Amino acid sequence: MNNEVIINIEGLKKHFPMGSGRFTALNGIDLTFGRGEFAGLIGPSGSGKTTLLNIIGTLDVPSEGKAIILGESVGNLSAGASASMRKSQLGFIFQSYNLFQVYTVFENVEFPLLLQKIDAPKRKKMVLDALEWVGLTDKIKSKPAQLSGGESQRVAIARSMVKRPAIVLADEPTANLDAANSHNILQTMEKLNRELHTTFIFATHDDKVIGYVKRKIFLFDGKVVKDEKIEKN
Amino acid sequence: MLVFKLALKNLLGAGLRTWLNVIVLSFSFIMIIWLKGLLEGWDRQAKNDMIKWEIGAGQFWHLSYDPFDPLTLSDSHGTIPDVLSDSVKSGSLVPVLLSQGTIYPNGRMQSVLIKGISPEQEVLALPSLKLKSDDIDIPAIIGKSMAGSTQLKEGDYVTIRWRDKNGTFDATEIRIAAIFDTNVPTVDVGQVWLSIDKVREMMLLPGEATLLITDRKGWQSTDTDEWIFKDQETLLSDIENIIKAKSFVGIIIWAILLMMAMLAVFDTQVLSIFRRQKEIGTYVALGMTRGQVVKLFTIEGAMHSVLATIVAALYGFPLLAIQAIRGISIPLESKDFGIAMAAKLYPVYSLALISGTVIIVLLVTTIVSYWPSRKIAQLNPTEALRGRIQ
Repeated sequence: MNNEVIINIEGLKKHFPMGSGRFTALNGIDLTFGRGEFAGLIGPSGSGKTTLLNIIGTLDVPSEGKAIILGESVGNLSAGASASMRKSQLGFIFQSYNLFQVYTVFENVEFPLLLQKIDAPKRKKMVLDALEWVGLTDKIKSKPAQLSGGESQRVAIARSMVKRPAIVLADEPTANLDAANSHNILQTMEKLNRELHTTFIFATHDDKVIGYVKRKIFLFDGKVVKDEKIEKN
Repeated sequence: MLVFKLALKNLLGAGLRTWLNVIVLSFSFIMIIWLKGLLEGWDRQAKNDMIKWEIGAGQFWHLSYDPFDPLTLSDSHGTIPDVLSDSVKSGSLVPVLLSQGTIYPNGRMQSVLIKGISPEQEVLALPSLKLKSDDIDIPAIIGKSMAGSTQLKEGDYVTIRWRDKNGTFDATEIRIAAIFDTNVPTVDVGQVWLSIDKVREMMLLPGEATLLITDRKGWQSTDTDEWIFKDQETLLSDIENIIKAKSFVGIIIWAILLMMAMLAVFDTQVLSIFRRQKEIGTYVALGMTRGQVVKLFTIEGAMHSVLATIVAALYGFPLLAIQAIRGISIPLESKDFGIAMAAKLYPVYSLALISGTVIIVLLVTTIVSYWPSRKIAQLNPTEALRGRIQ
């Protein structure tokens, strides 16, 4: 990890309308993330971790405060600019994998590169590289329905990593996996973080994930209650 | 281009769901084209038969002639003017003399329209050669419908009565020399065709006629004081009006078929948007704009009709081609419609009909695909990713 700050969040608040009033999901968050971090947003349901992840991922905008991602203020981004940032700089891993069921493994991983209009030979190499990182080169023609949960999540990791994004956001990536698969997935992501210096931010309350992250940010009722960095060898 | 590729991939990947829609849509395609082709074929056949059996390429009418007023018939005749007599001699103008009369088949009485025409004429499809007289008897020809209603057969004799130009009644016997089969009721029902020379003799009207039928288009209006030229279009205006009325019904049926097909596409689109919310959210998360996703879903919907066109062409082309060649049998009672209708109708499938139908269905499919897809633009991607119905 180097000291370059790629995410800078100051006084971030997010409100959602609820009945005649509003619900405050994030209530004054101040955080910075450097390139190559392997961090976890940890907290119970309703603590605001997914909301924070969505704002970092430019899928949502702050109600108050600012969130600067890779030098761009999320609140000021146009729809096209935020889509462009997601297309090239941000990777997503979801709890339920969100693979396209009608596509093969290869096509699922290829999808972000198609959006970037990368030419076919280069695309093929990048997809095969990504599938090699997650150990799924033998499954390129399989459809998601033919894969186990662990394999599906590895495809999702490959899809998020194939474009070599600066930041990967993983929302409860191990929630649907057993322990062995969870460790396998986490080791894969840890390895990619180490080798490609991609920033990983997890939203989780899974102890297995917490055991792997190098920075633990505890959220409760929309506030950061603890932010600790763990030195690992 | 990418969106097209993705749309096609999604459609083909959806398997049975796609093909069921495509097959339903292809049925609609075929039904729409078949129905329109049938009506077009009917219209064309009706017009052609009218021209072939009754109208020719145009007609000169005596000034007093009004086909809708039989009371004027006794005055609707005149000598053929000098400017037209050469054409009559050469056979390119066929004179017809009309008169009212009565026949008494099998002891019954029936009013008829007596029509005199030259046996040698070649302008109309009538078997007029059968009217050539051997001076032993008076040959007459009648249509199949007339034969049916009077129970007259070939070779039968029947008494005919008429009034000559002086108003004197006279009667004689005529022999049914031939019974012709035509789809045009206006040359058949209630009519008896005789040789024009015989009718002139009966009516005491030598050299006169009620109307003159032309053998070719392009006659310039050579109206005289007594004769007025009616071109083919004018003479076909009645049938054109019937066709227009029939086309309106055709359009309603066509619209119902189109709506049924569109309902299938609309339904699929609405279901897709609810069922594929996570997928929509994932598209947005991976970097597609909402506009691109709307486009993707719209194209997916519209592609149903592209695939339906291909499927319809595969089974529909031979099916429709066989019908166009072999025709469709129509029950005899259908002549009661009152316009020319053959025992077999030959649908006409023009390139304009097929391409027009394809374009209209494509356009309408695109619109009904876009309509529900617009909802995607209002979808919150974070909610969509969780698959929460909004």
